[in-house]
Amino acid sequence: MKYKIFTILVLFFILSTKSFALVSVDITRGNLDPLPTAISDFYLDSKLADNIKNLKLESKIPELIQNNLSRSGLFFALEKKSFIQRPEPAHNKPRFEDWAFIKTQVLVTGKISLEKEGRLRVEFKLWDVVSATELSALAFYTTPDNWRRVSHMISDKIYERLTGEKGYFDSRIIYVSETGPKVEKKKRLAVMDQDGYGVKYLTLGNELVLTPRFSPTSQQVTYMSYFKNLPRVYLLNIETGIQDLVGDFPGMTFAPRFSPDGKKIIMSFAQEGNSDIYTMDIKTRVVEKLTDHPSIDTSPSYSPDGSYITFNSDRSGFQQIYTMKSDGTNVKRISFGEGLYGTPVWSPRGDLIAFTKLYRNKFYIGVMRSDGSGERLLTENYYQEAPSWAPNGRVLVFYRETASDSSGRGGGAKLWSIDLTGYNERLIQTPTDASDPSWSGLLSGK
Amino acid sequence: MLFKNLNKVALALAMTLFLGACATQQATTTTTTTKGDDAYTGTVKFLADGVPDRVFFSTNKSELTSAATTTLGKQATYLKANPTLNVVLEGHADERGTREYNLALGERRATAAKNYLISNGVAANRIKVLSYGKEKPANPASNVLAWSQNRRTVTVKTN
Repeated sequence: MKYKIFTILVLFFILSTKSFALVSVDITRGNLDPLPTAISDFYLDSKLADNIKNLKLESKIPELIQNNLSRSGLFFALEKKSFIQRPEPAHNKPRFEDWAFIKTQVLVTGKISLEKEGRLRVEFKLWDVVSATELSALAFYTTPDNWRRVSHMISDKIYERLTGEKGYFDSRIIYVSETGPKVEKKKRLAVMDQDGYGVKYLTLGNELVLTPRFSPTSQQVTYMSYFKNLPRVYLLNIETGIQDLVGDFPGMTFAPRFSPDGKKIIMSFAQEGNSDIYTMDIKTRVVEKLTDHPSIDTSPSYSPDGSYITFNSDRSGFQQIYTMKSDGTNVKRISFGEGLYGTPVWSPRGDLIAFTKLYRNKFYIGVMRSDGSGERLLTENYYQEAPSWAPNGRVLVFYRETASDSSGRGGGAKLWSIDLTGYNERLIQTPTDASDPSWSGLLSGK
Repeated sequence: MLFKNLNKVALALAMTLFLGACATQQATTTTTTTKGDDAYTGTVKFLADGVPDRVFFSTNKSELTSAATTTLGKQATYLKANPTLNVVLEGHADERGTREYNLALGERRATAAKNYLISNGVAANRIKVLSYGKEKPANPASNVLAWSQNRRTVTVKTN
């Protein structure tokens, strides 16, 4: 598998003035009043060869940016046909009256030109229409077939400038593709861009695979496979395709995740009816046992600084959420509401833990503070679980399964995303049914 | 408490299922065809005449019911009479739980069955456990009957 992760170079800033933005987006509340935004077509340097002109990047790049920003729920993209000024003059010197007239507050413009050796220079500018100023501008150099990544990176820059928080568009989601009847589903690992494009299958479906999770620091994935009918945790490099068994355990290992530095895998090992939590150092292969309790301890997830772990245990008699120090000491139960709690996962911002809750035969995705206070349920359904955080900790992806009828038909799993605020719930289109999503970090680094 | 009541209902269902399965088995030995029956009352198969292959559990539980120990007792007798036979106990959960917890629960259920067979004289090295969690339902419907049929440990011959 080849991914062009590092082929894009951000070569120079052309930030003219560090102007203060009058427009900004408050993302801490449900945004019922998204920011009116005009994304102009980019303009093409006339020297571009026909084969590049035919790619229509001058409209495809802005369309992708618009799709990203609209799906975030924070921006309302105005219709292109209402635009008065053409792309080239708009990019060089926007007539702000024209843009204010169509009631946009923000304008995005851009230019695509040719560099040496067939590379493209894609430049964008972000304008504050209200205060008639340029907010930021940046150029990216890339090969033409990499235009999607450039569009995602531009989207992140816009999001960051207007919200004050890192974006999450230049990222991917790994998940399990599901086909076939419910009693014998064929499951394959699949990876795609966060907007659902570019799906690639990483396994053939010969054996059951579950719960893939991205490394926060590399193109590695940890997941569970029933290879040779031995359910075990594996490590897969999605660039090289090389696979490794994690540890040498005499029984089922499952529920893997990486430590925030990417150096360890934390997981459960089940033996004699008892599941406990272990870590394995990927390089040294040293295994450490963190919990030792006759109950089920599973679904471990590190805090972003690596000093704490949240996990799921039924030691109280029912499934609840616990935290402990990363050496296994100081175990504390943090969920006390009615119902059962599972799949705790620590936000990359550190403040919140997302979880699945089963209460009165309904499933909820929710969040609580890491001390268990402030529980908030974001969405209710017949069945949904396994939230995973976007790299900026503002959006969650999870899977939802519909009920099947009495003949066993009609049920199926799909990926959904929802804002931390509980607003902006959206289906993520996938070619097949899909479950167990895990969001990568930002591909372009922190 | 809703959960407690649900448990009772599920337990009762599992027991009736088990009894139903026995009845079905008697019917088959008298060569009555059962093909026309609801496809899902017949999830139970048989290791041998009168030896059901599976036991059922109540929601989130891995304790063996008296119906389960009766079945496992028959399995133990059968395995002791066929000493070259090895088995894998496949533990399962219903779809009303999180995937990872269900994997652990399946392992706990299979181990409960394994320990009962061992305590009834079957050598430990003849028995393996394998949890599938909620991945392989016997009944794909989304209703209380299906869930009670899916919370199970199935004894499968490996040779």
